Amino acid sequence: METPAVVESPPASSARRAKQPARLARRRFQPRMLIPYLFVLPFLVLFIAFFVAPLVYAFQQSLYKTERSGLGFGPPKIIWAGAENYLAVLKDPQFWDGFWRVLLFGAVQIPVMMLVALLMALLMDSAVIRFRRFFRLAFFVPYAVPIVIAAIMWGFFYSPTASPIVQTFIALHLPAPVFLGPTATLWSIANISTWEFTGYNMIIFYSALQSIPQEIYESGRLDGLSETGIALRLKLPLIVPALILGVLFSIVGSLQLFNEPIILKNLTGSAITTHYTPNIFAYNVAVVNTDFNYGGAIAVILGVVTFVFSFGFLRLTRGRLGV
Amino acid sequence: MASLPLTERMRRASSSAGAPRPIGVRPFGVKSAFGYVALIALTIYCLTPLYWLAIAATKGNTDLFSSFGLWFAHFNLWQNLADTFTYDGGAYTHWLFNSVIYAGVGGFFSMVISLLSGYALAKFAFRGRNLIFGLVLGAVLVPQTTLALPLYMVISKINLANTYWAVLLPSLLSPIGVFLARIFATDAVPNDLLDAARVDGAGEFRIFTRIATPLLVPGMVTIFLFQFVAIWNSFFLPLIVLSDPNLFPVNLGLATWNFDPAAHELLYNQIVTGSFIAVLPLIVMFLFLQRYWRAGLAFGSVTG
Repeated sequence: METPAVVESPPASSARRAKQPARLARRRFQPRMLIPYLFVLPFLVLFIAFFVAPLVYAFQQSLYKTERSGLGFGPPKIIWAGAENYLAVLKDPQFWDGFWRVLLFGAVQIPVMMLVALLMALLMDSAVIRFRRFFRLAFFVPYAVPIVIAAIMWGFFYSPTASPIVQTFIALHLPAPVFLGPTATLWSIANISTWEFTGYNMIIFYSALQSIPQEIYESGRLDGLSETGIALRLKLPLIVPALILGVLFSIVGSLQLFNEPIILKNLTGSAITTHYTPNIFAYNVAVVNTDFNYGGAIAVILGVVTFVFSFGFLRLTRGRLGV
Repeated sequence: MASLPLTERMRRASSSAGAPRPIGVRPFGVKSAFGYVALIALTIYCLTPLYWLAIAATKGNTDLFSSFGLWFAHFNLWQNLADTFTYDGGAYTHWLFNSVIYAGVGGFFSMVISLLSGYALAKFAFRGRNLIFGLVLGAVLVPQTTLALPLYMVISKINLANTYWAVLLPSLLSPIGVFLARIFATDAVPNDLLDAARVDGAGEFRIFTRIATPLLVPGMVTIFLFQFVAIWNSFFLPLIVLSDPNLFPVNLGLATWNFDPAAHELLYNQIVTGSFIAVLPLIVMFLFLQRYWRAGLAFGSVTG
């Protein structure tokens, strides 16, 4: 990636630089002025067709309900329901069952994963100097594995017969762990998410650490800070923005949990129900039962909850993001 | 992290262990021993399932369960490959081909569309620019899974369900791609160069294709890579919009083998071998295009 020498304007944040308009487009008022719109047109068309329209349509569907007359004979009538579906979802114990489950999931899995990722990033940045390249590769590889395949693989590790973990326990005459019991299942799923994304988060933290100018550490050491002191007092605050983004995406991911439990469903007997997570519930209502009205309401509520959580989290950490 | 120019960030990202760093260079002590132990433990955790997958792909159905998971038994790889590719009239071969189409074609056009918008957002001043960029940022935060059910409703409404288009068209939309393209264009394409070309009388599209695009090639690779992987890994949307197995991507196909309780036990070796094959292109792309991955990750890109 070579850039001609002429270009480099003095380092300014990319966001700030973009705000200075390219002068030319504004100077001449001509058909030329339409050109930028031609550039963004394909994106806008797709955005309207596959982002705005679906959300609007799902919302609209959620405001109606289907009524079957009498004994279920005769054509069903679609009638206005207003907020009825929404109130029904909010009173639906199946929805709340899934919701509390993903909340518990996130409350445990996210801190564990972030802590491990952060510690490893700090370790790679300071204590260990050899094999950095190898470690970085090894940690990042799981992220390249599709979640479906990760769940299939871990499914074998959780199986009572094929699992190398269980095989080892049995060989040592120890009681073998049960991974897919009624309560263990959630944490076995959490392990799959942790496996997928710890390295990914670590790489993000590590890149953030690498882009910190070394002089800061020099001055820290001159001030008599220990290595741990430098890590905690200097490095940690500087990568807080990366940490916030990582947590944000993890919150969204937890609330939306779907793939792993769906893949493991067959292996777990009855542990994974049709309302195990809100997304699985919405899927079963909207797709399996083709109830767009109630399914639409669940999807909208889930979308709003996700937005509220991520927006709330951003507000809570406002000013720390630095972008 | 936003204060360094992109080129510098990419250079640092790719120089990895190379640059000597005064801090942390210390003799091997107790602390670094602890550090190595922790890093090696995490490495084992990250790599064991993949190691298992590679071993398991060489085993027949009985050995998968009766032999120790982390070591070879009877070498059955060739038979597994033959079974996987030919079972059910070559269904797996078909799925693999579909995935290549979805991810390759979808990734390419998505990259072109993202690049056009990102470039416009970075290099033109026009009414509505901030609004559009705001929409892009907002959309980045909306995960694919939130959108999948509403998309399914619209796609069934317009009778697009169960066609290639049902997967291909939505995958062209990539807010994160636009976001990345805007950053790359801001960093890599100098305004002076564009102004000079304009003074010379070049048209905007010509400037874009002849001057900007060559400078944006590394960014294009990054955007393509992220979208390729996102499509290759996607599961929820194909699951709900496709019912004809001939249209399935490889993920969904493997999942249906895994779902089917009757066929399940007979298909274990194929599920495992098929998973192994489906992971390979991603690992290879990942190994050879590392610096492009990191260039995208440096901006906190979204997870699958």
